[in-house]
Amino acid sequence: MTLSFFNPVTAVLLIPICSAALLAALPGYLVTARLNVVASLATFLSALSLFVVERPAPGPYVLIDDLNIVFIVLNTFVGFTTSIFSASYIAHELESERLTPVYLRFYHAMYQIMMFGMNLAFVSNNIGLMWVAVEVATLTTVLMVGIYRTHAALEAAWKYFILGSVGIALALFGTILVYMAARPVMGEGQDGMVWTLLVERAANFDAALLNVAFVFLFLGYGTKVGLAPLHAWLPDAHAEGPTPISAVLSGLLLNVALYALLRFKILLAANPASIAPGPLMVTMGLVSLIFAAFMLYRRRDIKRLFAYSSIEHMGIIVFAFGMGGPLANFAGLLHMVMHSLTKSAIFYAVGHISQIKGTQRISRIRGLTVTHPALGWGLVVGVVAIAGLPPLGIFMSEFLVVSSTFARQPLLAILLVFGLLLAFGALTLRLTSVAFGEPRGSTAPADASYIPMFAHLALVLGAGIYLPAPLVVWFQHVAQLLG
Amino acid sequence: MHSLAFDVSHTLAGGLVLISLMMLYQDRLYSLLNVFALHALVLAFSVAWQAFIQDAPHLYVTAVIALVFKAIVIPVALHRIVKQLGIHRDIESAVGIGPTMLAGMGLVALSLVLMLRVTSDADPLAREDLAFALSVVLLGLLVMVTRRNAVSQVVGFMSLENGLVLAATGAKGMPLVVEISVAFSILIAFIVIGIFLFRIRERFDSVDVSALDDFRGERR
Repeated sequence: MTLSFFNPVTAVLLIPICSAALLAALPGYLVTARLNVVASLATFLSALSLFVVERPAPGPYVLIDDLNIVFIVLNTFVGFTTSIFSASYIAHELESERLTPVYLRFYHAMYQIMMFGMNLAFVSNNIGLMWVAVEVATLTTVLMVGIYRTHAALEAAWKYFILGSVGIALALFGTILVYMAARPVMGEGQDGMVWTLLVERAANFDAALLNVAFVFLFLGYGTKVGLAPLHAWLPDAHAEGPTPISAVLSGLLLNVALYALLRFKILLAANPASIAPGPLMVTMGLVSLIFAAFMLYRRRDIKRLFAYSSIEHMGIIVFAFGMGGPLANFAGLLHMVMHSLTKSAIFYAVGHISQIKGTQRISRIRGLTVTHPALGWGLVVGVVAIAGLPPLGIFMSEFLVVSSTFARQPLLAILLVFGLLLAFGALTLRLTSVAFGEPRGSTAPADASYIPMFAHLALVLGAGIYLPAPLVVWFQHVAQLLG
Repeated sequence: MHSLAFDVSHTLAGGLVLISLMMLYQDRLYSLLNVFALHALVLAFSVAWQAFIQDAPHLYVTAVIALVFKAIVIPVALHRIVKQLGIHRDIESAVGIGPTMLAGMGLVALSLVLMLRVTSDADPLAREDLAFALSVVLLGLLVMVTRRNAVSQVVGFMSLENGLVLAATGAKGMPLVVEISVAFSILIAFIVIGIFLFRIRERFDSVDVSALDDFRGERR
């Protein structure tokens, strides 16, 4: 067996780290941009091979199970497509001299370190290691958000840094409390931090301590998910950083934080005496959804608009997982995947559009479908998808969330539908002004890479029309795991 | 129960809470930095004491990191930054000292009530350590909220992290990975902060965060 030398888990972690070192050292834009793409592709392929190769047994640090394998593959896939988009996007930034070659080396190295952090968070079986990984991913994105060094970019990065650090501090306190709750049962040392062992014996943990721990974890990781009262960093960070970073922030980093939260939710569910995390998650989810839906109406900046849309969708997902049960969990998982794909596709379109038009102001962008048909229609499809219209994938998942809620809590379902309709209205309003009508702004031909955007949209459309049976079975199994 | 080990660690942890409260009313940057150095020093003693009574030699490493890095290197570096930036005048606090102190006392009471209630089964040393640690964390948050100056926000954040280290060392037998990561994160955080402070200075001729607020994206 030659394959036995190849360990996909190590590859998923080692390729980004090694290429980050290489990218930091190499000069020259073309070489590094290509190397970034190649490294991301290699990471994606080794993540894919996790499906084929026999999984490693859960150790003290690494765990591969049905839940995180989906996220690892999604993460590396979007990381790969974003690196393609990033190559053409950054070429333009270099031409317009918003970035210098030195910053570019820094940018590429940081991109790979961020991928490393996110992959590490997904594969880690140790709640302390998971915390470290989320922290690494956050710090690298902070540096990238501030890369333009304009007033707004610095302010956004500073705000992100402060709020993110407070969030991560609360999450660490929660992690320590989980260890404290586990100690009487698990004994001292390493075992008290290993997630699989914790879940096995969670039933005997001190419930009161576990409850307090979850509140801290929820607030801490919830800050990174961008839930409503804690969301303040998100619109700024998304709007001011380079667009490839907005794409991975919305599409991936929010997922990482949510994934960490889900792991702890499973832990709590294993202890019958502890509180049900459901009501807390349902409330925060609904608040985020409705708040973001109202905020969508007043946005004048196109990237900020889609940042608020990310808050809205995170609200829906947290709501779905808060409702719990096989159907709502299934819907939540599907929605997470669909949102990642759609939102990053939208940011690819928005990135090229704002480069061509030289502005992010919605009022200065008009008639895109006339001047730039491919970009314009791509954006139309993306917004139609994110607004939850059939036949695209998000319609499916939203429909499942709503129908499962109607079956159990009709009153909550009314609030949910109200929020969805509100957001739908705002998005259509903005879309018609941007995509149709008399063209305004520059009509220079776009030097864009369309493949990543259309690949994502095709996947979303495909999922909306036909979900392959093995995937459905897989998701159902994971939904059961989530309880 | 009230052995020497308990009393000493209790005194040190309580001392940390007291110094956190002292941070709330410092109205000059230099004195705030000095109080922070004291905070880190007491933390180093506290961690070393925990290492001694738990017979956990790896905790001495954490104590040394706290002593060298947080009590000496960072305060000295921040002193120099403050001097270079010429901002050693009064701190502009967003809230008056009276209300801040009251809020601080309220937070300490809250964390004591909360932690002592939920950890009734744990051993008394760990539960009181945890209660004090939560107080330090919350007071660090309060410092960050009530100050507008970027440097004092950073100091607030670092005192918050000291509270986390206190909690992690109080949790007996917690693996080393966390202590290292905490120290490491402070290191990275400091680099980040250093870069940002200079950039902010470069752009705004001030490290007052309220100067940044005028450049909110929405108002362009």
